[in-house]
Amino acid sequence: MTTVNLTLNGKRVSADVPDNTLLVSFIRETMGLTGTHVGCDTSQCGACVVHVDGESVKSCTMLAASADGADVTTIEGIANGDGLHPMQQAFHENHGLQCGFCTPGMVMSAIELVKDNPNPSEAEIREGLEGNICRCTGYHNIVKSVQAGAEMMGE
Amino acid sequence: MPEGSIKDGIGASVRRKEDKRFLTGSGRYTADISRPGQLHVHFVRSVHAHANIKAIRTAAAEKADGVVAVFTGEHVAADGIGGPICGWVVTNRDGSPTNEPPHPILANGKVNYVGDHVVAVIAESLEQAMNAAELVEIDYEVLAPVVDLATAGSGVQIHENVPGNMYFDFELGDEAAAEAALDSAATIVELEVRNNRLIPNAMEPRAALAEYDPIDEAYTLFTTSQNPHLTRLVIGAFMLSIPESKLRVVAPDVGGGFGSKIYVYPEEAVCTWASKKLQRPIKWTADRSESFLADAHGRDHINKVRMALDKDNRITGLRVDSVANIGSYLSAFSVVTPTILHAPLLSGCYKIPAIYTNVKGMATTTAPVDAYRGAGRPEATYLLERVMDKAARQVGMDPAEFRRMNFIPKDAFPYQTPVALQYDIGDYEPPLDKALEMIDYKGFEARRTEAASRGKYRGIGLSSYIEACGIAPSAVAGALGARVGLYESATVRVDPTGTVNVFTGTHSHGQGHDTTFAQIVADKLGVDIGSVQIIHGDSDKIPFGMGSYGSRSLAVGGAAIAKAVDKVIDKAKIIAAHLMEAADADVVFADGKFTVAGTDSEKGFGDIALAAYVPHNYPHDRLEPGLEETAFYDPLNFTYPSGTHIAEVEIDPATGVVELVDWACCDDFGNLINPMIVEGQVHGGIAQGVGQALLENAHYDETGQLITASYMDYCMPRADDLPNFKVDYTVTACTHNDLGVKGCGEAGAIASPPALINAVIDALSPLGVTDMSMPA
Repeated sequence: MTTVNLTLNGKRVSADVPDNTLLVSFIRETMGLTGTHVGCDTSQCGACVVHVDGESVKSCTMLAASADGADVTTIEGIANGDGLHPMQQAFHENHGLQCGFCTPGMVMSAIELVKDNPNPSEAEIREGLEGNICRCTGYHNIVKSVQAGAEMMGE
Repeated sequence: MPEGSIKDGIGASVRRKEDKRFLTGSGRYTADISRPGQLHVHFVRSVHAHANIKAIRTAAAEKADGVVAVFTGEHVAADGIGGPICGWVVTNRDGSPTNEPPHPILANGKVNYVGDHVVAVIAESLEQAMNAAELVEIDYEVLAPVVDLATAGSGVQIHENVPGNMYFDFELGDEAAAEAALDSAATIVELEVRNNRLIPNAMEPRAALAEYDPIDEAYTLFTTSQNPHLTRLVIGAFMLSIPESKLRVVAPDVGGGFGSKIYVYPEEAVCTWASKKLQRPIKWTADRSESFLADAHGRDHINKVRMALDKDNRITGLRVDSVANIGSYLSAFSVVTPTILHAPLLSGCYKIPAIYTNVKGMATTTAPVDAYRGAGRPEATYLLERVMDKAARQVGMDPAEFRRMNFIPKDAFPYQTPVALQYDIGDYEPPLDKALEMIDYKGFEARRTEAASRGKYRGIGLSSYIEACGIAPSAVAGALGARVGLYESATVRVDPTGTVNVFTGTHSHGQGHDTTFAQIVADKLGVDIGSVQIIHGDSDKIPFGMGSYGSRSLAVGGAAIAKAVDKVIDKAKIIAAHLMEAADADVVFADGKFTVAGTDSEKGFGDIALAAYVPHNYPHDRLEPGLEETAFYDPLNFTYPSGTHIAEVEIDPATGVVELVDWACCDDFGNLINPMIVEGQVHGGIAQGVGQALLENAHYDETGQLITASYMDYCMPRADDLPNFKVDYTVTACTHNDLGVKGCGEAGAIASPPALINAVIDALSPLGVTDMSMPA
């Protein structure tokens, strides 16, 4: 067992977990935050993307112990109070989601993409989201959402 | 297009009501649910495609840390637990029935595909169950696999009661007439196509959580289902043999289905059965590898096509001989998909006087194959639109003009095809013309030349499709072998304060029903969309339901809602007439208000709702209190969406990579309730079709091992594989449902593969290429 201390969505949390606990299991099962999803077992789909110290990370590829001391943000932690984060709002306005399963990872990846590149082109967005699979939308409206989200985040 | 009376009514692109929970991580999918004391099950699956089980040794696993139980097929058989059933069968050419082999939920002496369920290991934690599963020893006597579809009939027999590995041998149409047309043809066009095998890959893996309540002697099953009532019927009546009232099935938020979550699979049945045996909740969540191995796959046909043209290049006949890979067992809709959902579509949007088709459904030692987005109609459209292009080339006509001259003319509706269907309405030239204009078809040769100057081969390809959806009239379905009805139910419950709850038997797993259905109700009742709540997915709350597949939710389920709302309005009018002391016939309902013609009397919808529940001044002699109505709607016909999709591609001869550079489509879905949601459905459908045509392919090696069993081996469409899509519509309103809607969920996946392959062939035609298999 390992004691993991980290900041999760702005709150200090601590838990004793088996050494091999993945960060995604720590978030979903130990901490009960089920917005971060598991869509594959090969780190391909991106449904589990969270931010660790501001960088987007596939939380199925990281041990919880490796995040000890880190600042972790999940989809539940990006909004300001009851409102939506601009990227969440942009996905809503542009119908950037259907079944919603890939959405948390997609939004988390999109936020980091825009932080790194505040005015991404369509091609840059498509390339930047290559690690997130969506089966519903055909990506058209996700790309529109990220473009709109980038504008809103810049305001 | 009916005009919505309020801003969030019919025809408005209302932003979705369900978005907020998904965007904030508050969605509630099956895997997100946990119950106190739950156990976890892990399945030991067959590693062989085909083998007899000689022995299973579980003693070591049973003693492992945390293990509570280890179950095999012997336990299942001892408890008399049945297997998944086939929901729709056909009659063979010789009048005999479909051969239906048994399908035990845990293998009973034999395994028939890699991934087949052999042992269920149940433990306190998932990790303990997985570790203990490693200790299970199985002695197999390996048998020859049957993998190749073309030679499946001569392979080793898989099931005792399926001779020649043929489940069914179906035919439709007039063989003599089709042969006569071919005999007298001026031109015969021949083509053989393979519709490649796909794995659905909804992003949420399947999951189940079952719980037994010993006080009520009742089960609750949370599961990833597109149709919870069908799951209840199959598990309750056919597998566990318990009263349906003792099984509640809840399909909460479901992360995509595309057909793969229609069926009842062994895993959820094992969870339900074991929850009573062990008196503990049992949870299972597939990992993606299990999804690849054991979700029902899609497509996998070989079609031999012969088309006859007369001297004026009009189609006079069509013959299609197909073999369809059904896999190791008969999944619920596995038989209907390549037969009833396929053969009647072979007329497409064309006037073809004589059509005949034969479809042989073959058993192989691969995963069961069943309906996947489009289900039979993509296969029909693919072969037809490929042969249409080949015919145009063969006679030297422009593919668009060849289609146009063979379209069923708009004054020919209702049009009876020679393959059973009667199309109620359609007009195929306007969407063709619009799509041609959207992609600048006339300017294509200049673009081809320009691309050639950059060393690229550029091509353009069309597909004019029709589909039959809104499944289906129950009487027709029953006559064709369905074992269920295909109506839909809706209950509209108005609260005393005038808010509205709608209980629908359809299920939303991405389609946005919370919004679209609320728009219908808000529009008809003149209430704010925020006061309308859509409830689905719980067999204890919904009267009954057939679920969502076959683009039926709006055309059947939405029509049921509209009917129930009409009943509410009819009752409310009588209450309003009583309160305003007017004759029923003088009461007019519009914009949420009841008025009496020629007076200034007026009652709001909320006033009537309150009066219905506080019936102090009420027409008790005529009505019961309350304001709640249920409607069951059984459609009179299928609906027939149609349209034209056009793909434009560039191929780099150095790498062979096909770049999809443009897409234009114009669809006729009848009236649109929410154009934004419809457009999203079209985008997603096209992406899945592009995946089939360019990227995706389920491949078994010669030993029956699935080679494409992860996202590293099975190529899913990613954001950078696709362009933006140009989408537009024409409207011919469906004639037989009150909303005039046809359905839009599958069209993109049906229309797109042939458009894309036709474009690839066109691009490579300067090199003499005339055929291309999928994925290109």
